[in-house]
Amino acid sequence: MSRSLKGGLFRLALLFSLGVGFLMLGTLLVDVFKDGLPYLDKTLLTNPPSVDPEIAGARPAIIATLYLGGLLLLFTVPIGVFTAIYLEEYADKTRWYNRLLEINIQNLAAVPSIVYGILGLAFLVRGLGLGRVLLAGAMILTLLVLPTVIIASREALRAVPDSIRQGAYALGATQWQVVSRQVLPAAIPGIATGSILSLSRAIGETAPLIMIGAVTYIAFDPTILGPFTALPIQIYQYVRLPQDEFKLLAAACIILLLGILLTLNAFAIWIRNRYRRTW
Amino acid sequence: MDATAGAGPRLRARRRRYGEDVVKGVLAVCALISVATTVGIVIALFVPAYEFFQDISIVDFLTGTDWSPLFEPAHFGVLQLVAGTLLVTAVAALVALPLGLGSAIFLSEYASDRVRGFLKPALEILAGIPTIVFGYFALTFVTPLLRDIGIQVDIFNTLSAGLVMGVYLIPTVASLSEDAMGAVPRDLRDGAYALGSTKVQVATRIVVPAAVSGIVASFVLGISRAIGETMIVLIAMGQQPNLTVDPREAAEAMTAFIAATGAGDVPTGSLEYKTIFAVGATLFLMTFVMNIVAIRLVRKYREVYE
Amino acid sequence: MVTMADQQVTTIEPMSLADIAQEHSDEAYKNREAVFEVKDLAVDYSGATAIREVSLDVYKNSVTAFIGPSGCGKSTFIRCFNRMNDLVPGAHVHGDVLYHGKDLYGDDVDPVEVRRRIGMVFQKPNPFPKSIYDNIAFGPRVLGLKGSLDERVERALRQSALWDEVNTRLKESALGLSGGQQQRLCIARCLAVEPDVILMDEPASALDPISTTRIEDLMHDLKREYTIVIVTHNMQQAARVADMTAFFSVDVAPDGNKRTGILVEYDRTSKIFTTPADKRTEDYVTGRFG
Repeated sequence: MSRSLKGGLFRLALLFSLGVGFLMLGTLLVDVFKDGLPYLDKTLLTNPPSVDPEIAGARPAIIATLYLGGLLLLFTVPIGVFTAIYLEEYADKTRWYNRLLEINIQNLAAVPSIVYGILGLAFLVRGLGLGRVLLAGAMILTLLVLPTVIIASREALRAVPDSIRQGAYALGATQWQVVSRQVLPAAIPGIATGSILSLSRAIGETAPLIMIGAVTYIAFDPTILGPFTALPIQIYQYVRLPQDEFKLLAAACIILLLGILLTLNAFAIWIRNRYRRTW
Repeated sequence: MDATAGAGPRLRARRRRYGEDVVKGVLAVCALISVATTVGIVIALFVPAYEFFQDISIVDFLTGTDWSPLFEPAHFGVLQLVAGTLLVTAVAALVALPLGLGSAIFLSEYASDRVRGFLKPALEILAGIPTIVFGYFALTFVTPLLRDIGIQVDIFNTLSAGLVMGVYLIPTVASLSEDAMGAVPRDLRDGAYALGSTKVQVATRIVVPAAVSGIVASFVLGISRAIGETMIVLIAMGQQPNLTVDPREAAEAMTAFIAATGAGDVPTGSLEYKTIFAVGATLFLMTFVMNIVAIRLVRKYREVYE
Repeated sequence: MVTMADQQVTTIEPMSLADIAQEHSDEAYKNREAVFEVKDLAVDYSGATAIREVSLDVYKNSVTAFIGPSGCGKSTFIRCFNRMNDLVPGAHVHGDVLYHGKDLYGDDVDPVEVRRRIGMVFQKPNPFPKSIYDNIAFGPRVLGLKGSLDERVERALRQSALWDEVNTRLKESALGLSGGQQQRLCIARCLAVEPDVILMDEPASALDPISTTRIEDLMHDLKREYTIVIVTHNMQQAARVADMTAFFSVDVAPDGNKRTGILVEYDRTSKIFTTPADKRTEDYVTGRFG
């Protein structure tokens, strides 16, 4: 086989590799939109679920997802950023316990999401007696994405050049002043991007919420300390119902979910590009 | 300017800066939350698992091929579930590993900056799609499609789930492999080109071998994620444990079992309840070992070139 | 004030180092009030000695230059004066550094206070990614200095000869300034906290010749109110600006592996560049090595 023919076939094989993934992505999106678009209307947004597909909606799920997202930001950003600050700015990296901390976080980032669900089931729902409430769901999702927020925040902090810190110290600033007034402000765009991307991942998670006991059928608007559902859970429920119309409703909910994720991700990328700084 | 007048400025005595200590304390507490999470996971899994193994022999658990905890008489042989997980993982790996590596090679060695500029975000979009969407797709599109082209699959089957999971994992494999290949220094490639090598040769004989630890890490990570994935198998693969190598049949994966049982109304503290943790512990150990291997390998290639 | 620009007008040939050095009066030497007294200083990083056996006095309202080949520990040494070495893990300072008679490294001494009184300007200008105003105001704000912030900012910018160029755009980002302007900004930043001493670690090496000249002129002005210590690898610069010059060199251990910085000679600049006492100094300043 000639060299150029070999080369051409190889290149084709590589393009095929990429092509399969994008082909499936495209097919998926077309399929979902084809099925779900007709059902994407006001009733979806305003009505609770129902046995009648004509009037069934996803309102409680949408509200719960918004609540979860808000709580998630509230919990993960401070804890994640502070942990990152500790690891990057304060911790003595030669100490074994700090290295262990780093490895621990890397590991937690790779633990399957259902294990976090088990954690939530054991401790929050049945152990702490919190019950199958929205707050428990938020807490478990927080633990799930905390490692990624920490890792992203560390990168953002590390990207701030050391000369800035040196200049600030040389003027007589204390360590916290240097961190809070120079390093952290400079790292905010990176931290924001990382947090929003982590948030978007958490919003799509289903398995931990199933384990926590997100109910698949509630007809009222959820509250933070009450039973809840979520958009992915709603999709899961609709997909399992035998009637075909519910599968189409599931598709409509998927469009909604993808829309939320797309908005979040686009916002994160916009922040990254707008505030990109060349040092 | 009070500073230079007179005999020289007095340096104020060292103040105990309580603010700094408080800050350090708060930061350390936050860091400990991640430690608490790990400890929590270990306790949550292994304490009930241990209790479970007081009643059920661990040997029976690990070697038994009948998983029917809710039947009379109950059997607790986990191999059926493990087999389900491994089968779907194998299908997924057959898709994800070659296609992921191929995508990575293209991105790293063939794509121009402009092309890479829109391919990488496109891959990130693929990676951002929640698994429940993939599960929906596997059940409502892939399974009927497979039937249309003549493959006799059951409504729930391992093949659809595996194929879709494979595509879901392509970005994971691709991005880590591409990272590893990108870390290979230019000089190695330039040297080979200067000797008259073709792109194919440079890619396959120089770059891939040089990046092999990162590529293997991406494979291991991909497999680990396949083992731990829940929604695709829960929706499309089935909830009947089945020890088989035929992917056209329905089967149950470990994660699907955990999710289905956890969501159900199993009484707390009962043996059935504890099966969640026994299977969960098994799952955790499998993925934990793989993750450690992957992290080690990534460290290795990062060290060599950076 | 004598500047290089003036010299160029009346002389055709470039001046020799000796001629430049002779321009200094011996006043600083005569006054002899010591701001710093360094006695037998050594610095090691996790056991590896970077510089040792350094003893010298830095005099008030003078410019003192540290010169020498690269790797001789000049930067390490100058950072002992404002305890910036404290921030490097594994760094240990031995010996004494007395500041107006008081031990700089005493247990009861606050490093924050030290760094306020003894400011530092770095080799590469490092303005904060903030506005010009906020750059200057940062120091006074974190130290809680009383008084009008606007006045401080203006005074500092005037002292560093930058006011005229930036007073209309104080709210603009400091990163938009040229290299020379950024360095003067860093000097102004340092001045805003009312220091006693200004340390400069190769302040002009990253700048073009015109900016360099402006910085040197600035040093000449500032030494009336402050004490200045600079590290420079540029001998002509030392000859131009410094009243006192310390020449450092590298001492290589017999096995060729351990390289430690040592102080070779410390004297009036005029003497160092015309009739140095040590042959090593003579070799360096005449360009035979280094």
